[in-house]
Amino acid sequence: MSARPPAPAAVAEGARVAGRQRRARSLESTNARFAYLMLVPSLLCLALVAFYPMVNTILTSFTDTTFGQANSNFVGLKNYVTLVQDPTFRSAIGVSVRFTVITVVFEFLLGLIVALVVNTAFRGRGAVRAAMLIPWALITVISAAMWKLMYNQIYGVFNDLLVNKLHVLAINQDFLGSRATALPAVAAIDIWKTTPFIALLLLAGLQLIPGDVYEAADVDGAGKIRTFFSITLPLLMPSILVAVVIRALDALRVFDVFYVLFGQRPDTTTMSILVQEQIIYFGKVGYGSAVSVGILAIIAVFIVIYMLMSRWSAARS
Amino acid sequence: MSVATAGSIPQTRRRPVKPGKVVGRVLFYLLVVLILAYILFPFYWAARTSFMPDSDIYLTPVQYWPKNFTVQHYINAFSETTFLRAILNSALVGVAATVLSVLFGASASYALARFNFLGRNVALYLILAMSMFPGISILGALYTVLQKVHLYNTLYALIIVYLTFSLPLMVWIMQSFFRGMPRDLEEAAYVDGASQFQTFWRIMMPLAAPGLATAGILTLMGCWQEFLFALSFELSSSHWTVPLAIANTGANQASAFQIPWGDQMAETLVVMLPLIAVVLLLQRRIISGLTAGAVKG
Repeated sequence: MSARPPAPAAVAEGARVAGRQRRARSLESTNARFAYLMLVPSLLCLALVAFYPMVNTILTSFTDTTFGQANSNFVGLKNYVTLVQDPTFRSAIGVSVRFTVITVVFEFLLGLIVALVVNTAFRGRGAVRAAMLIPWALITVISAAMWKLMYNQIYGVFNDLLVNKLHVLAINQDFLGSRATALPAVAAIDIWKTTPFIALLLLAGLQLIPGDVYEAADVDGAGKIRTFFSITLPLLMPSILVAVVIRALDALRVFDVFYVLFGQRPDTTTMSILVQEQIIYFGKVGYGSAVSVGILAIIAVFIVIYMLMSRWSAARS
Repeated sequence: MSVATAGSIPQTRRRPVKPGKVVGRVLFYLLVVLILAYILFPFYWAARTSFMPDSDIYLTPVQYWPKNFTVQHYINAFSETTFLRAILNSALVGVAATVLSVLFGASASYALARFNFLGRNVALYLILAMSMFPGISILGALYTVLQKVHLYNTLYALIIVYLTFSLPLMVWIMQSFFRGMPRDLEEAAYVDGASQFQTFWRIMMPLAAPGLATAGILTLMGCWQEFLFALSFELSSSHWTVPLAIANTGANQASAFQIPWGDQMAETLVVMLPLIAVVLLLQRRIISGLTAGAVKG
């Protein structure tokens, strides 16, 4: 889903606030029953739709469950042994990680530039900020279709611009078809769609920096570049960290855009595409579940790295 | 809101306008135009294609402005039953999931924000940790469960799944919203003899409307976007949502080898325009909701 989840650090912060308020509210301690009742619908949903399937996925990953076959057997770690040796899985990790690195780097750099521009007072600033929300609101499948048309080898606008107008390329390219350009091409779509969102997050961070800090820097004779690197960037670090992590976690599980552009092409199979293919198309629930657990582990590594980083940056400031 | 940045500092100094500054200003506006062009060009291209006859779309040299206009693709879009059905399905699923999410999420948030009970932090952690949880990792198990309870290939499946996956964001936004509300009103209601539920439902919910609207819009947009679960759980085209219908445009036509770009882009615009209108009307709310988690982090 595209709606952004709270950042991991924010989760910890929420729990901390919760802890602080616990002692202050002795009056309500008798109202626990009401509170439990209020929580029941939400917790029931989570239990049935998330936690039970999660436990089930882990259990299934040790079996050879296949759709259409009545019997399933416990096979121990066999699926995981297959997984580690499976070149398709390794390639899928590679595609997902490369996609994540490319998109996060570009979205951060471009997003920072856009945020700095929009943070400046100028005529039409409101209009630019409104326009930035439009790609974010666009359905991913639709943005993939729009760009697929622009990438077309024969009548695509990119080929026309690059070959006939700018003369950068000698002949028309099959951007999506050729192995070398497929990943950058699909990354460009994600970068286009998500950069404005990153810019909005960074803009919110920029607006938290008090103006007098800049005035002080100005009085001290710091130039624009110096001000940016010694004031703006360090103060913006928490927002940058959050934006980058939200994006990285989203990009690692990318599915929609790859599926619409390439279907199940081997060299563009991401981790999510692999799972969907194994389970829904091949019915190999056992092996597909092992792949799912593998993805979960990889994403967990990223979350741990982020938590360590945010603790480190909190300790430093 | 203060907008002082590195870029706006020179304005605070009183200096005669130098030619360098004029050049800087021009370059700055050039950058603004570049950003706008980058964001908006793909939309222009989709619109251009949707108004061109098929023969012109596949023609080279590429036309940057259509020579021949046609609205045929829009007529096709509005006579395509799968597409119209998909809009209806998306609206049904999105509204149902959002309404339930608001009801479930708001009551959970109120309990978490205002009451003190054993396991409160555990409940909060569980709900919020869900937000980092990749849906793909439970695809197989969900698929099996849905088949067992005969919800596979029904819209209920999507409503339940979308509702669950939207709860973390809803709880995140709403519990901080409830926490920011003054306690006097509730105390007054209790003094007047209202029950806890009455206080929540009659006093707090109406006052929380701005927060609910923000969280509701984000949930609704999330539901309209979703593709993976819809693709995996909806078999028949009469249950497709908009992303599925658009991804499959032309799949059931005779000329499967050639993508009907005109029809697809027309459908794209039909779906997009209301979305853009919503976004522009509610931009303040959306931005505040989107950045709520990020700024506090």
